[in-house]
Amino acid sequence: MSNSGTPLVELKDISIAFGGIKAVDRVSVDLYPGEVVGLLGHNGAGKSTLIKCLSGAYKADAGDVYINGKKVVINNPRDARGHNIETIYQTLALADNLDAASNLFLGREIIGPGGFLDDSKMEAETRKIMSRLNPNFTKFAEPVSALSGGQRQSVAIARAVYFDAKILIMDEPTAALGPQESEMVAELIQELKKQGLGIFLIEHDIHNVMKLCDRASVMKNGQLVGTKRVADVTEDDILSMIILGKNPRESH
Amino acid sequence: MTDTSTSKAATKSPQGLIARFLSDTEIDTRLLGMLGALALIWGGFHLYGVIFNNFGAFLTPRNLWNLSVQTSSIGIMATGMVLVIVTRNIDLSVGSMIGVIAMSMGLLQVEVLPHLVGLGHWSIWIIAVICGLIVGTLIGALHGWLIAYREIPAFIVTLGGLMVWRGMAFLSAGGRTISPVDSKFALLGGGPYGAVGATGSWLVGILACIGVAYIIYSGRKARVLHNFRLRPLWAEAFLTLVGWATIIGAVMLVNSYPWPKGIVRQYGAKIGQDLEGTFISHGFAIPVLILIAVGVAMTILVTRTRFGRYVFAIGGNPEAAALAGIDTRWVTLKVFALMGTLTAIAAIIASARLNSATNALGTLDELYVIAAAVIGGTSLAGGVGKIYGAILGALVMQSLQSGMVLIGFDSAIQRIVVGMVLVFAVYLDILYNKRVK
Repeated sequence: MSNSGTPLVELKDISIAFGGIKAVDRVSVDLYPGEVVGLLGHNGAGKSTLIKCLSGAYKADAGDVYINGKKVVINNPRDARGHNIETIYQTLALADNLDAASNLFLGREIIGPGGFLDDSKMEAETRKIMSRLNPNFTKFAEPVSALSGGQRQSVAIARAVYFDAKILIMDEPTAALGPQESEMVAELIQELKKQGLGIFLIEHDIHNVMKLCDRASVMKNGQLVGTKRVADVTEDDILSMIILGKNPRESH
Repeated sequence: MTDTSTSKAATKSPQGLIARFLSDTEIDTRLLGMLGALALIWGGFHLYGVIFNNFGAFLTPRNLWNLSVQTSSIGIMATGMVLVIVTRNIDLSVGSMIGVIAMSMGLLQVEVLPHLVGLGHWSIWIIAVICGLIVGTLIGALHGWLIAYREIPAFIVTLGGLMVWRGMAFLSAGGRTISPVDSKFALLGGGPYGAVGATGSWLVGILACIGVAYIIYSGRKARVLHNFRLRPLWAEAFLTLVGWATIIGAVMLVNSYPWPKGIVRQYGAKIGQDLEGTFISHGFAIPVLILIAVGVAMTILVTRTRFGRYVFAIGGNPEAAALAGIDTRWVTLKVFALMGTLTAIAAIIASARLNSATNALGTLDELYVIAAAVIGGTSLAGGVGKIYGAILGALVMQSLQSGMVLIGFDSAIQRIVVGMVLVFAVYLDILYNKRVK
């Protein structure tokens, strides 16, 4: 990983406060094509909030977002999608009463002749991508509330992957999954990396971080502790950053 | 409402004949349940009449025709209430809105327009209808704006609306009743002249039959195109035939209800012929045709457009809908504006049928509309509801009411029964959903 040239995403001095509490305080992170950057920290460290400024769910109070070196303004999820930023939320953000195809295309429906929804086309496309991501998936007609945790996760992932994402945000994608399904997600991340996507991965499991990420950015109390190349540090280094909020290099 | 015997068969013996039949035809068991309940109510009232009054008055063309007209206004509003409830809101103000909209249209027709365009001018009813629709839509949009953009709970906004609009209806004419409305406007409420007659009804019926065939055909074509599982041919044929039989049956029913002798005589005198003893069919009443048109349009809106999809997404998970880039506030505002438009249509029918606008018009309608939507399977938790269910729900409510009137129950007992049926229907629905899961 050379990390030369223009980063795919640069978040510069992002700050956001809720009722006087600084959830994110002048944090800067970046992401290169074909790279996985882990975002780590305790609950409430500000990882999800930071990332929501990129996915358009929140609007930052201060700071700039650069995509491919160009400054952009992201006011809502639609803007983020316009920049090929796709997000898999921890909550999955699925409408439980709708079927897989309706969820996959939510907000970006395929419109047929006469301006009406082309449901059959959407179902056919969903079948196609699901056969690639999760060949065991068969429940296309049921609302997603009838699906298992892993199946729901694959719907959320399919939604992010289908629309040619360049930048993928994954908020604890394996938190609700069994070992086999987690392995499938890990393989998918490797495959997407090869295709040149940049991935922000919010992850609590330190083993997954060491296995999947190229770099790790650690946050504590809304501030960035530091960003390290995973190859250069040990698990303990990262853990001490998370727990103590100190950069291991300073103690060396 | 649900037919427990079929749902039991569907869940407990998947190899059973009934279950095979249901899965092959893809018939909604909830729909069967509602039809079963309706059959029970209709048959029950008729039988009661046969046994205790020596005359079964319920299953007669005359009563069923009247029932269809009475269902129109509640049914039209219930289709809009489905969307309101699906987005996890409620609208308590529709009854009062009927009052104020009908009043504004009445005043326009009787006290304003005759001075401007002349008494009995052809354009009066058109201007009144358009103004009514605008007033209704604006009131609905105002509710929607307060709910979506000012974040006041729908319950409070529309509870306020319930009182405000009823008060406005009274103030607008100082409590007077405005009557009679324009003669063409009155046709929108039904009655012998406000029906399309035998030939017109057959035309409507033929169009509907073509529509059914087209829906079955285009559905099959789409499945073939994408290699989805097809319904067996016999099931397609069965559904088409059931659809056609229902339509033709309805046409024959409304055509077998003749104009009363007095009306025939009056009409004969008007056109200068002696029609004494002639059988002139009512045919479909205009408000019923409006209800059908609204039902079809709303079904298309809900199932085939982005707007409909977003309404259901918001009901299922508002946060997910927002994260998917849906402007949830704008959709909510539009839902309430649409409810206002539909309420205006209902107000047109109600005041036309009464041939007058009174400030009490539509009192308690909100409760019947909500009950119709809920009996029709709309979940108060949001995210679930069907347009045809709401219309059938309105028919169930109206059947109960008019049935009790026919057999001579007074209004106190009517309310007790309707109230109990509502609670019981929702209970059955909860049982049904548990069984399905």
